[in-house]
Amino acid sequence: MRDTFVKTLIDIAKEDKNVHLITGDLGFGVLKPFWEQLPDQFTNAGIAEQNMTSFAAGMALEGKTVFTYSIGNFPTLRAIEQIRNDCAYHNANVKIVCVGGGFVYGSLGMSHHATEDLSIMRALPDVTVLAPGDLVEAEHATRAIYEHEGTCYLRLGRGGEKRIHDETEDFQIGKAIQIKEGEKVAVFSTGAIFDEAVEASEMLKKGGINPALYTFPTVKPIDSETIRECAKEFDLIVTVEEHNVIGGFGSAVSEVMAELVGTKARVLKIGLNDKYSSIVGSQKYLRDVYGMSCTKIVEKVKGVLSEQNINLS
Amino acid sequence: MTSEQLAWKIRRHGIEMTHISQGSHIGAILSVTDIIAVLYNDIANVDPQNPKMPERDRIILSKGHAGAAIYAALAEKGFFDVDELKTHYADGSRLSGHVSHKGIPGVEFSTGSLGHGLSVAAGMAYGAKKDQKNHNVFVILGDGECDEGSVWEAALMANHYRLNNLVAVIDHNKMQSLDFCDNTIELSPFADKWKAFGWNVIDIDGHNHDELRDAYKKAISSENKPTLIIANTIKGKGVSFMENDILWHYRFPHEGEEYDSAVAQLKEQRPEGISDLYESEAQKI
Repeated sequence: MRDTFVKTLIDIAKEDKNVHLITGDLGFGVLKPFWEQLPDQFTNAGIAEQNMTSFAAGMALEGKTVFTYSIGNFPTLRAIEQIRNDCAYHNANVKIVCVGGGFVYGSLGMSHHATEDLSIMRALPDVTVLAPGDLVEAEHATRAIYEHEGTCYLRLGRGGEKRIHDETEDFQIGKAIQIKEGEKVAVFSTGAIFDEAVEASEMLKKGGINPALYTFPTVKPIDSETIRECAKEFDLIVTVEEHNVIGGFGSAVSEVMAELVGTKARVLKIGLNDKYSSIVGSQKYLRDVYGMSCTKIVEKVKGVLSEQNINLS
Repeated sequence: MTSEQLAWKIRRHGIEMTHISQGSHIGAILSVTDIIAVLYNDIANVDPQNPKMPERDRIILSKGHAGAAIYAALAEKGFFDVDELKTHYADGSRLSGHVSHKGIPGVEFSTGSLGHGLSVAAGMAYGAKKDQKNHNVFVILGDGECDEGSVWEAALMANHYRLNNLVAVIDHNKMQSLDFCDNTIELSPFADKWKAFGWNVIDIDGHNHDELRDAYKKAISSENKPTLIIANTIKGKGVSFMENDILWHYRFPHEGEEYDSAVAQLKEQRPEGISDLYESEAQKI
């Protein structure tokens, strides 16, 4: 996903000399094509994310479109006030890019697990929040935030993600994408955990439950229209995110649903259950331990359905 | 208008604004006044008729708590109506205690949380250099503000990229919120720290307008380094009982003896050629 991002950004930056990429001294082997091809549009700010973020705001106010790049929590939590006061309040064209949303850096430990970023970034007014689910979405999301005026946050996975979509839907900031139709259950997924959601929906189908599947590459503004429609149509809406269940994608969906009148659907939020991930392991392993792997998704969905006595036939 | 006249007006407005609003930071406002007056009056390329002109010099007050001084300077230079100054801190006002750019002509950047301004200014200076633009970027910091680590991150980066179009001024009144700086977190030897970070450092009397003018002129002609002007100032400058007294970081001039005495002292200092701002109209704004 990060390679897709960099490749796309190189294409954009070759066309627009006002596009600039600043890294917080990360991206070895990943950003190299950018700095080799576009050295004048690349800056290493060193290991200093607060300065990097304010500096980017300053450049943006001089007319640049500035992408800041780092991993995990460094470009977001480390510089949250700089994002709030200097970027968002000034409507600065700064695009904050995090590589490693969720448990991408699973074996590196808790400091490198980004599991609260969506909720924290979502809480800031005038920040648009995107978490693409596969390589196709990542490319579209990169172009979309470039074209979108103002401060944006782009949460990426790392590498090895698949292309799940066929090229190309009508990608728009704030719009969910329907992957498949279904009955009774709708699964909503955001970010790179999309592959688990896809697998879970296939497993459920084999077990006689045929869920609809949607991906939400934008977490803010949330696609309330799709949520409203689904809340009317389905009994259960399942949100899947590689993130704390508090304040993130599932919360955004729930906020919309809580204000609806006369709809029948309830919500099952799947994500990290308000914990820090204190053990070490691969992304795949940690997703399973913390209850968001495809098998855990299937178990939880089945559990809720039987508890609710929802008749699937 | 001379810079001395502008400075006097800023001080006079500062006393009124904090008195009316019962607002804080009169000590900082009086301390930074001359730095701002000389910059706006004699150095910076700014135009009240065209506040967003692309070639304007950028000015950021990183120590946003002295916002009244910038508002007063902008109003006196014609960016907006002087009468609006009396709304400082008031319900519905756009003149917040800390500097805000929203809707206020001439304010380049909003501040208030310390330690942001130098980074933003460095980014502006870097962006301007990338496009071969000729304007300068001025940023005014407090000395206590230099407790913030981000200031030193920015100091490193500004030197690394040789941002000679960046001028930082430190209002070095040697006091911060609760005590003298060196009793809080030792900053000394202050100039040496900045020199070690690669900056061109100019150490001056921050109330002497000739020294300020010279320092600014030297700073903007720097060939390959960012410049730091250490403007040695007195917190509360101009009102004897406020000078160098930590009480006046937060305290406002109260009705009665405090206010009357502050106004009387300023009147004594009034430069020739201007009348008192508040007697010709209704005593006060």
